[in-house]
Amino acid sequence: MNAPVKPEGFSRRELMVGAAVVGGALVVGCSPADLMSAGSKVEVGAFGPFIRFEPDGFVTVISKHIEFGQGNHAGLAAIVAEELDADWTKVRVEQSPANAKLYGNGALGAQLTGGSSAISNSWEQLRKAGAGARAMFVEAAANRWGVPAGEIVVKDGVLTHASGKSAAFADLMADAAKVTPPASPVLKDPKTFTLIGTDRVRRKDAQGKSDGTARYTQDVHLPEMLTAMVAHAPRFGAKVESFDADAARKVAGVVDVFEIPTGVAVVAKSTWAARLGREALEVRWDEAKAEKRGSVEIAAAFRDLATGKGPADQKWESFGSKGDAAQAAGGPDGGKDAFEGVYEFPYLAHATMEPMNCVAVVDGNHVRLVHGSQGQTLDQLNAAKIVGTLPGSVEIETLFAGGSFGRRATFTSDYVAECVHVAKKVGDGKPVKLVWTREDDMRAGHYRPLVAHAVRVTLDKDGLPATWRHRIVSQSIMKDSPMPSKGVDQTAVEGASDSPYLKATPVVDAQVAFPEVGVPVLWWRSVGATHTAFVMEHTIDQLARKAGKDPVEYRRALYAKAGANRHLAALDLAVEKAGPTASAGWTRGVAVHESFGSVVAQVAEVKLVDGAPRVGRVVTAIDCGTAVSPDQIAAQMEGGTCYGLSAALYGEITLTDGAVDQSNFDTYRVLRIGEAPLVETHIVPSVAPPTGVGEPGTPVIAPAVANALLALSGQATARLPLVRSV
Amino acid sequence: MAASLDVNGKTVSVQAEPDTPLLWVLRDELGLTGTKFGCGLAQCGACTVHVNGDPVRSCVTPIAALSGAKITTIEGLGGAHPLQQAWVRLDVPQCGYCQSGQIMSAAALLAATKAPSDEDIDAAMGGNICRCGAYQRIRAAIKEAATSTAAPVVAAPPAAKQAQVEADVDEAISAASGATSRVQRGEVR
Repeated sequence: MNAPVKPEGFSRRELMVGAAVVGGALVVGCSPADLMSAGSKVEVGAFGPFIRFEPDGFVTVISKHIEFGQGNHAGLAAIVAEELDADWTKVRVEQSPANAKLYGNGALGAQLTGGSSAISNSWEQLRKAGAGARAMFVEAAANRWGVPAGEIVVKDGVLTHASGKSAAFADLMADAAKVTPPASPVLKDPKTFTLIGTDRVRRKDAQGKSDGTARYTQDVHLPEMLTAMVAHAPRFGAKVESFDADAARKVAGVVDVFEIPTGVAVVAKSTWAARLGREALEVRWDEAKAEKRGSVEIAAAFRDLATGKGPADQKWESFGSKGDAAQAAGGPDGGKDAFEGVYEFPYLAHATMEPMNCVAVVDGNHVRLVHGSQGQTLDQLNAAKIVGTLPGSVEIETLFAGGSFGRRATFTSDYVAECVHVAKKVGDGKPVKLVWTREDDMRAGHYRPLVAHAVRVTLDKDGLPATWRHRIVSQSIMKDSPMPSKGVDQTAVEGASDSPYLKATPVVDAQVAFPEVGVPVLWWRSVGATHTAFVMEHTIDQLARKAGKDPVEYRRALYAKAGANRHLAALDLAVEKAGPTASAGWTRGVAVHESFGSVVAQVAEVKLVDGAPRVGRVVTAIDCGTAVSPDQIAAQMEGGTCYGLSAALYGEITLTDGAVDQSNFDTYRVLRIGEAPLVETHIVPSVAPPTGVGEPGTPVIAPAVANALLALSGQATARLPLVRSV
Repeated sequence: MAASLDVNGKTVSVQAEPDTPLLWVLRDELGLTGTKFGCGLAQCGACTVHVNGDPVRSCVTPIAALSGAKITTIEGLGGAHPLQQAWVRLDVPQCGYCQSGQIMSAAALLAATKAPSDEDIDAAMGGNICRCGAYQRIRAAIKEAATSTAAPVVAAPPAAKQAQVEADVDEAISAASGATSRVQRGEVR
């Protein structure tokens, strides 16, 4: 999940309410932590839930967060190794079991990887874990050698004393395990860090991911395992009316065909047999409650709402309004000479390289899930509900996942639940692997919402915004959450509501509407910022032009007015590193955006090749607090930029009469190597605690490119994607 | 029905219909799961293997077409191919799911073109999607491997993989680097 769920929107109290909703009467009176730990088999070692010392001299760091590309396993291990003074070359990372009590995300209240929070929520926790274990080894050595603890030095996993005595972690393991862990371990002064912040912090999984041995859900083979594929309805909200399984059952290798809540499952002895069986299946769908509108109609309705032409009874919610709203941007009818902008954004599929899949074993009241679980607590709750057991009886072995970008954390655990339904029906403790094809994956919804913005701004005598009227129309991601959130669904307005540009504007009238549409929507890498960053940053460049100002200077003036010092520092660093002039033949665009606690500024060089934008050099500056693993921060800026650029250029899911038009990479175009920019990453020096890295690199490139195109042609961009295929 | 295939230098017998795509035979029948399923339509390249040294998309290649052909998968590269070393040195992988296919495409490129230009890389790697966007490191790693003077090193396969890789890894690596096909063409001895 990439949701920036605020603590107040996802409190433990609310999770308990949510758990009660999901788990039914089973859970009344339990706290979520009790629920999650009930029946689980986690044995915590002497050094706590995050560290294990191995006889071979290695230190195993146990990660509560899934690794699906973000590089968090490297950073989490480095935090422990730093405080422990371990030998970095002898550190391994292992995925934790599912247990919210031990492995809950401190920022989200459940075991969940999202909101770019893996490093930030673990920072204090893992520093203390490492420092505590180190103190236990020092005391054990002091006792064994009869020397004061303060005279012992730890370096690269070896304890030494001036007397010449020396011992490795493995030699002292048994003694250290008997030492009482310190209640308040003393943490290092960050100035003395020797690993954190260096390029020595590298991925621990690069070899396995380069030689084919890294294990993903798709690779799981268990004895007697069956493979399932499910025929899904062509329109969202449709149900199975009837089906004819005769031909499917005749396919060699097909074992069973049956209905589940989301469609008709074909269970077979191999993936290919399941696929052939499903092709032979005939299903009739009841579409009485299906969404039958096309995306053109939905977009038109959203645009009408945003521009004041929608139904009068539409409910609007305010975000960040201040001053006399009636006067915002010249009042409802608009002031003379106001800037007006209307922007539209399409549905987007995550399109991870590994399509959704899951392995489930249901044996009586016990469930075992083996998959790339992004939200273990949600998966436990949803699986338990289906089987009628306690969430703690759902064990999860979390594997690497071939990308997520938010897709693998849904409130319903959609594909995980589907697999549990099949495994429950198969029964007898037989493992079932659910495989979705690319087409299943792309047509399953859970898209970044289709969004419309309408902005009207008046400028003061200095050319800075005096009044700002802002309307956002989007489906609500949090609407279906079992964790009811308070106030406005922040996932739709973040990035606008907290914008320094609105802070610098005296009068703001900002409202959001959430019409009902039957297309499932979800967070998509950087969530609200995928559209709000574009609207704010592209609007600012248009306002600067209107005011006759340079876009960089215009931003500097607004940041000064808003007190946005981190924005200013990131912008200044990117501009400085980019140098005074663009490469010959290229035009520059600038954008800056804060998300997940980090500020990213980019200077992108763009030119038109056969009428289509090509992006070359992209100079990036990020303030993400303490930089734990600089090389992985650079990797996330490179990859996040490609992900954002892919959507900006080509990304678009469309519907015709409710049916998704795209099905595979031939119709959902994504960025390929020849179109990839060259991203340079520069990190703003900081001693503040770490902030997000996985998502903040994604939303900045689209407005940077649009701003370059504005400079190049004078034309503003009113809708994405830039290159349209449908 | 039974079919015979030459995979990573070893002749194997598999139970599969002739129209079964090689991908599913490798993964489900032979347990060679390093080759990935991404799209099933030759659009993404995650399933790339070598057939007689040429990169092919195994998801659309029926085994009927492979009688007598030498098939090399990521497992056949041995783990310490110069490209794999460069991939690790530059921390190329993110989620990693596409990287077997990327490396197999790159291995075929380097076998044919010792010092590929950016245009050569764009052309040879254009069929391999990386949704994490590791493209600039993929490009850098190919260039680094191309300039590497180290001969392909064969790492001792882990015990668990011994049965798959057998003792014939040298031949598999020759095939992977394109030497076999060039032998067949009579270009080299």
